Amino acid sequence: MTLRKYLVIVSIVFFGSFGDAFLARGMKYVGSIDVHHLGNLFGALANPFVIVGIFFLLGFMWSYMTALSFADLSYVLPATALGYVVMILLSIFWLHEHVSAQRWIGVAFIVTGVGVVAGGPSRTEHLHPGIEEHGGEAQERI
Amino acid sequence: MRILYIWLCILTTVTAAAAGDVLVALAMRRIGDLGDLRRRHGFLTVVIRVLSSGVLFSGVFFMAIAFFSNLIGLSWADLSLIGPASAALTFVTNALGAKFFLHENVDRRRWFATIFVCCGVLLLTWS
Repeated sequence: MTLRKYLVIVSIVFFGSFGDAFLARGMKYVGSIDVHHLGNLFGALANPFVIVGIFFLLGFMWSYMTALSFADLSYVLPATALGYVVMILLSIFWLHEHVSAQRWIGVAFIVTGVGVVAGGPSRTEHLHPGIEEHGGEAQERI
Repeated sequence: MRILYIWLCILTTVTAAAAGDVLVALAMRRIGDLGDLRRRHGFLTVVIRVLSSGVLFSGVFFMAIAFFSNLIGLSWADLSLIGPASAALTFVTNALGAKFFLHENVDRRRWFATIFVCCGVLLLTWS
């Protein structure tokens, strides 16, 4: 893993956590959507917070696709879970919320999980291109 | 009845998100490392290769279903329920998808990481 690849992982964390935060805030303004009037969902797309959230999630999508072009899905997903830790840090330092001991334990679990996966190989090397369609043995890149 | 809708929404989000992730991962594996492609053939080639992938677009389609299902869920229930439930379940279904559909080497290290992250997310958001 090069520095550029680590930066791609970091950008997934950044765009993903901020995008989710903007979407959640926007949907609070939009209010409840009736199951019989799902068309109202498109009205939510006019909310500025939802729009900003969508732009952040587009940035997330590009970073995510870039990461999946050089690393496995089962590597990228746990590695990018640091986004949850970023949200906790934002809630402490930006929103001045109280964070309970249980949440700190949760942060420790996530950081441990990320540390465990980050120490291993990022890519399963398939012996033949397109082997995923036919199944077969795979070996790790050392 | 409302709680049934909420869990239906969570299950739709999880299933669609896992299908989307697996398809996008498959497409990106076929396209190759975007950084290498850009250095060798230029940015335009990267854009053409990405936009001409049908598998990628089917993945994005499933991700869009997950996105709208998540939005509906957020309007019915608190983020504190929707967030952890869908995130934790998505980690597990993605690991299963990566193993059985993408034939990735999901070894003990990656399972441990997935389980640790799931537990962390649950503790973080259900407290």
